[in-house]
Amino acid sequence: MNPEPLSADAVIDAVSAVFMVLGALMSLAAAIGLLRFPDLMSRMHAATKPQVLGLFLLLAAVGLQLRTWWVWPVLAVAWIFQLLTVPVSAHMVGRAGYRTKHLHRELLSTDELEAVVQQAAGRHGFDDDGGPAER
Amino acid sequence: MSRRRVSLRQELPLLIWLLFVWDALWQDFSPGNLLFGALIAVVVARLFYLPPVELGGRFNVLRAIPFAATFLAKVVAASFQILYLAVAKGPRVISAVVAVPLRSHSDLLVTATGHVISLIPGSLVVEVDRSTSTLYIHGINVRNPEDAARLRKDVRDTEARLIRIMGTRDELSALNQEAAA
Repeated sequence: MNPEPLSADAVIDAVSAVFMVLGALMSLAAAIGLLRFPDLMSRMHAATKPQVLGLFLLLAAVGLQLRTWWVWPVLAVAWIFQLLTVPVSAHMVGRAGYRTKHLHRELLSTDELEAVVQQAAGRHGFDDDGGPAER
Repeated sequence: MSRRRVSLRQELPLLIWLLFVWDALWQDFSPGNLLFGALIAVVVARLFYLPPVELGGRFNVLRAIPFAATFLAKVVAASFQILYLAVAKGPRVISAVVAVPLRSHSDLLVTATGHVISLIPGSLVVEVDRSTSTLYIHGINVRNPEDAARLRKDVRDTEARLIRIMGTRDELSALNQEAAA
C-alpha cells in the first residue's frame, strides 16, 4: 500500500477546486469593479470581462467533476456563445452610454471620438443615429 | 427578391457549427443523430437566410493555435489586472477613448478584431466606423499618450495576427510588405 496515495481522482478534485475558487474570485472582481469604478464605461470592463475567464473556469470545473466526455461539447457551446455575445452587448451599452454622456470627461486622458461624434451630430442636427457608423 | 447563390463550400463552416450545436445539446454524437442534425442544419440555413460571410479563402491552423493560447493568457493576465485596478485604484482610474485605424476593410476581420479586443479585459469597442474601418476603443487605465500608443499598437498587432490566420491573400501580402519595410 502506498503511504501517500495520489489517485487521479484526488488530482482532478484538487484542480477543479482551484478552478472554482478562481472562478468565484472573478465574480468577486466584477462585483468590486461595479461598486468602485467611476463611470459606465469603466464599469462595463468590470461587468463583462472577468466573467469570460470566470465562466471558463467554472465550466471547466463542472466538466472535470462530471467525468463524462459528452458534457464537454455542451460546456464548449455555452462558453463560445458567451464569447460571441459579450462583446456585442458591451459594445451596444458602451455606445449608448457614450452618446448619452454617461461618462466623466475629467477621467479621460484622451478622447479621439468626441470630435467625430460632434461633427456627425452637427451635420445631422439632433439625429442621434447618424453617427460615424452610418456615414 | 433574388438571392445570391451561396456555394456549399462557403456555407460549410456554418453548417458544421449548426450540426455541432445540435449534437452538443442532445449530447449524442451517434451516426443517426449526426445525419439528422445535418439535415436540420441544411433546412435551417435554407429557410433562415443570412447574408453570407465573406471568408478570406484561407485558414492557417498553425498560426491559429498559438493565437488561441496567447489569447487565453492575455485574458487571464488582464482579468487579474482589472481585479487589481478595482481594488487599488477604484474611482480614481483614468481611461481614454482611442481611435485605431485598421488595415483590413473586410467585415469579418473588423468584427473578429473587435471581438478579440473586447474580450481581453481593459479594452472595449465603443464605436465602429465601417467606411474607414476605424475602431474607437475605450481603454481602462490609459493615463498618458504612451499608454494610448501601446493600446493602439496592441490592437494593430492583434489585427495583423488575425490577417495571418484568415485574411485574404491581398491583405496578407500587404502586411508582409509592411513588415519588410
